Amino acid sequence: MIGPSSVVDLRSRLGEVGYLADDGLATVTHLAMAMQRPLLLEGEPGTGKTALAEALAESFDLPLIRLQCYEGIDASQALYDWDFTRQILHLRALEATGEAVETSVVEQSLFDERFLMARPILRALRESPAVLLVDEIDRADDEFEAFLLEVLSTYQVSIPELGTVRAGQPPIVVLTSNRTRDLHDALRRRCLYHWLEHPGPERETAIVRARLPQVSATLTERVVGITQRLRPEGVLMKPPGVAETLDWVRALHELGRTDIDLESASATIGALCKYREDTDRVRALLPELVGG
Amino acid sequence: MAPGTSADPVAGLVGFTAALRAAGVRADRAKDFVEAVGHLDVGRREDVYWAGRATLCDEPDDIPVYDRVFAHWFVPERGDDARVRTTSAHQISVAPLDVDDPGDGQQEGDGDVVTAVASTIEQLRHRDVAELAPDERARLNALLAGLDARGPVRRSRRRYASARGEIDITRTVREQLRRGGEPGPLRRRTRRDRPRRVVLLIDVSGSMEPYADSLLRLAHRAVVAAPRTTEVFTLGTRLTRVTPAMRHHDPDLVLAEAGSMVPDWSGGTRLGEVLRAFVDRWGQRGVVRGAVVVVASDGWERGGAELLGEQMARLRRLAHAVVWANPHRGKPGYAPVQGGIIAALPHLDGMVDGHSLAAFAELLEVVRDA
Repeated sequence: MIGPSSVVDLRSRLGEVGYLADDGLATVTHLAMAMQRPLLLEGEPGTGKTALAEALAESFDLPLIRLQCYEGIDASQALYDWDFTRQILHLRALEATGEAVETSVVEQSLFDERFLMARPILRALRESPAVLLVDEIDRADDEFEAFLLEVLSTYQVSIPELGTVRAGQPPIVVLTSNRTRDLHDALRRRCLYHWLEHPGPERETAIVRARLPQVSATLTERVVGITQRLRPEGVLMKPPGVAETLDWVRALHELGRTDIDLESASATIGALCKYREDTDRVRALLPELVGG
Repeated sequence: MAPGTSADPVAGLVGFTAALRAAGVRADRAKDFVEAVGHLDVGRREDVYWAGRATLCDEPDDIPVYDRVFAHWFVPERGDDARVRTTSAHQISVAPLDVDDPGDGQQEGDGDVVTAVASTIEQLRHRDVAELAPDERARLNALLAGLDARGPVRRSRRRYASARGEIDITRTVREQLRRGGEPGPLRRRTRRDRPRRVVLLIDVSGSMEPYADSLLRLAHRAVVAAPRTTEVFTLGTRLTRVTPAMRHHDPDLVLAEAGSMVPDWSGGTRLGEVLRAFVDRWGQRGVVRGAVVVVASDGWERGGAELLGEQMARLRRLAHAVVWANPHRGKPGYAPVQGGIIAALPHLDGMVDGHSLAAFAELLEVVRDA
């Protein structure tokens, strides 16, 4: 089975592809892989929930299969569907040849592999070992959650026309949720749970350094210092995530800065703030934050 | 089995889950926990910590409780040794709330008694909750349990198979394909009604004390009627999500549990700040989107009314409808003069009374029709 031999090993493998997990996340991810359980990640936007799945795929050299959930998503969008248009064309083509073909053969040919449109979950089961990312599960409906639970409990699905598809080895499953609604207890029970916090200054600096090594160390440190100060509750409507920090650093770097100053900070504030109210608030704070 | 002895690590781990349950975390997956620890190092305190957090916690609110119980149970001894403490689980303190037995046995008897009870009920319907005697309050609580708390609905985005409605091309073609291309009956699809989310924000500050108990019971009714689409928060000096505690069926237990969860019961109010915390933490993320939001408060604002107005505006932009229930509104001589109410008024879809059973019934109706 694919899996790291230890928590330390997993951490360093993730580190190699630029994902710096702290002790907790590394331990829980290791457990999820060892116990072959889905990992349910919750936390503020921008704390690296989706990025973990991407990093896992990259570090173990596995395909990343992503299922983005939305309201109304159903099994045919997650599992498989038949390509009706091509099936009908096929039927017409058979008619056109005018040859007498046995009905059962025609029928069978209609539900052939080539008319099957495999959607993310079926692909993940077939292509496993793979990383299956079920993104924003909280957006899907209850019914879909129940369906997903079934798949995640058995790692197999049955297609009436083709038979049962079973994953030779369960894929590594990462579910993310933004907590817009409560998930079913049954689904939670199936998963290992982890709540992701924003990284502390040291780890965030390390993340930026790993992702953007070309940027000056001073600039990185100063920007991280500022985003860390803007993050506590009540300061901004939308506290910046790591993605915003990275955007801001990148924007300043593009302007040729090696340090942050009032003028450049003010010009690039859009990389950090996504609300007018936040922009105003940060503008007012900038002289103090940037200092000088 | 003697839980909590370090001789048997499994008993210690299971004992820990029991302690966790006693502290209010659901923690019903002791088997997973033991399995998880098995993949790590049972002697390392940190490993045991993360194994438990991943398997026993369900939501961020569980984590501080988990941390506390963990620190209490696994006392670090001689470095990093996960030595199990021998004391038993500490009990949660249940906040004292006056919950009286409903006066049973009065309904039986002849017709006169029944009529008398019916007329008291009618009177009770319009009485101010704050002025009830304990026995009347008990009767009111029983009546509260009878209110129709079905929530509002909205049209679903998704279309479902149905006998009427627009033609469902995919299913019709699929059906015809199944018949080898022969024409078959037309399949139709339609949108269904889905429950709309309801978010109740209940002020539990000192000035709201006489009403908080009844309002929370009302909230409990709403949660029981629609457990997946109702959220309840209390507002005071801080914001507390009490939805999980509302899931029990017995309202008295719920009240006790909510009382122990809310740290700022009968404290002050900083409505504006707490609302901001709510919109930041919950509203923007989606709990409020498309929901009917009820703010049950007297609008006494000690902080600036400007902030409150700003936050109500944000709430209004996110929600489907915002309704304010004010216990003082139904009283004679009431005028909306409190700073908080004035600031909130422009951003409301409705304002209802919040002081009597009749008012509660009306509130539920307004929410349902929103």
